[in-house]
Amino acid sequence: MKSAGKKRRDKRKTIGLLILFTVLAIMILTPIYALFIASFKPGELLLQNGLNLTPEFEKMSLSNYQLLFFGKHDYWLWFRNSILLTVITVVLTLAISAFVAYGFAAYEFRFRGALFIIVLIIMSVPFEVIMLPLYKQISDWGLMDNYVAIVLPFLAHASTIFFFRQYLLGIPKSLIEAGRIDGANEYSIFLRLIVPIMKPAIAAMAILNGMNAWNNYMWPLLVIRSASKYTLTLGLNTLINPYGDNYSLLIVGACFSIIPIFVLFLAFQKYFIEGITAGAVKG
Amino acid sequence: MKKLFFSQKAAPYIFVLPFVLTVLLFWLGPIFNGVLLSFQDVKQQTFVGLKNYSRILTDAIFFKAVLNSVKYTVFTLILLIPFPLLFASFLNSKLMKKPGIFKSIYFLPALTSVVVAGTVFRLMFGESDQSLMNQLIGLFGNSPIKWLRNGDTAFFALLLLCCWRWTGVNILYFLAGIQSIPSDLYEAAEIDGASGLQQFFSITVPLVKPTTVYVLTISIYAGLSMFLESFMLWKGNNSPNNIGLTIVGYLYRQGIEKQAMGYACAVGITLLIIVMVINMIQLKATGTFSKEAE
Repeated sequence: MKSAGKKRRDKRKTIGLLILFTVLAIMILTPIYALFIASFKPGELLLQNGLNLTPEFEKMSLSNYQLLFFGKHDYWLWFRNSILLTVITVVLTLAISAFVAYGFAAYEFRFRGALFIIVLIIMSVPFEVIMLPLYKQISDWGLMDNYVAIVLPFLAHASTIFFFRQYLLGIPKSLIEAGRIDGANEYSIFLRLIVPIMKPAIAAMAILNGMNAWNNYMWPLLVIRSASKYTLTLGLNTLINPYGDNYSLLIVGACFSIIPIFVLFLAFQKYFIEGITAGAVKG
Repeated sequence: MKKLFFSQKAAPYIFVLPFVLTVLLFWLGPIFNGVLLSFQDVKQQTFVGLKNYSRILTDAIFFKAVLNSVKYTVFTLILLIPFPLLFASFLNSKLMKKPGIFKSIYFLPALTSVVVAGTVFRLMFGESDQSLMNQLIGLFGNSPIKWLRNGDTAFFALLLLCCWRWTGVNILYFLAGIQSIPSDLYEAAEIDGASGLQQFFSITVPLVKPTTVYVLTISIYAGLSMFLESFMLWKGNNSPNNIGLTIVGYLYRQGIEKQAMGYACAVGITLLIIVMVINMIQLKATGTFSKEAE
């Protein structure tokens, strides 16, 4: 039995919490809102004033959107490149990382411990440390300005392997044994029995890797040279020099670049949260 | 040959082969090369011994970059661990209504690329009196500031950008951690008459330790290797008086902009050593290393 006094106190606490989290939500939404209303303002105004929250209705129009959809610029080429690169990266990374993770989870073999420690070490060393020598290597190999250079070095992706391996540790060994008794070889056991069970883990990692690939900037900045191969992040960044209507396109393009991810987020929220928090609670 | 490929003995090696190849070609290879290059003058193609490293020790700009990176890392740890933990435990409270909506909203910044987020913040911290931050301080009667030209205000902008992007994600990390704590612990504490605050400090904080260690690790990692946020805020790698220069920014400047590959690689190896030492200390101190390796 709760006393009336406690109930009242609880109610006050609830209201307090709601106020706190609403304030936090407003703070977090402010930059997104500023970007959104700026997408209706002329670029020169933005260049002059910076971003703010004032709508200024008399100066707002759909002309930026007109420019985005019907203007002469490379935005949609960048958009297409980004989608292409993201899809290729996600499909290959997941396939190869799952393959490797199964090896770590299902077998006892020499060097397993040592190799797994390498997985952990790679996860804790920033990519920037190897960035320059890798850049030199890619250029020595003649892979500069080639999407292969963006995808290939990261296919066996340490943290994805780690996540899959943790997930697979929970799968009963008897399932694998049953497959062997049925006469399936090791690879078809992986393909036919294991991959179907991994679906939730694959979904979470698809989202995480997809988001990273879509937003990837540092490495493409070094590797990609020709404008026809620019991704969305690279392309948008070329617009920060205020020539012509660059700023109009920059702001409306930045706004629009969030949309594909946002739509995916609304549809697969659970997997987004699972994917990004994957490492936080380890068994 | 085919028989060997399909044998149960060979299978594990074939499964991990892509990883082994990746490590050799794209990880150990570059690190080994990086070490070699760090002893060279790459343009002249001559070995210069430890010259690059001794130059690092006397390079005031490098130390400024290290100081900036370390300061940034320390502040992000202070801001992005205790507060998200507290918020997560509030969100998880029975008294909280509709936590789902807030969770989704807090996640949004993590969906944006650093190019978009950085550009938005650069323009919010614009120099005009019409920019959001100048309007905001204008409400309190202050005149407009050149936010990104002064060390302290620029640092504030950088931190705010970081907090904006990662507070929500860290809240979700801690929420996941808190939700894995058995709820009967809280019920028992409730019966014993423990207050919410007592429950937070004697149940939540100790039992989310694995999550805290994880967040600590990735925050140190991300803090020390921060570069793009600064790159975007200053439209390139050129903040006035290097107020936004970071270790990776310096590495980029030397290696890419000045083509001094040997020196830049020495900076990279130094960063590697710093990161490894901090990792070791942190893993030893939190006692996670022995558990991970099993």
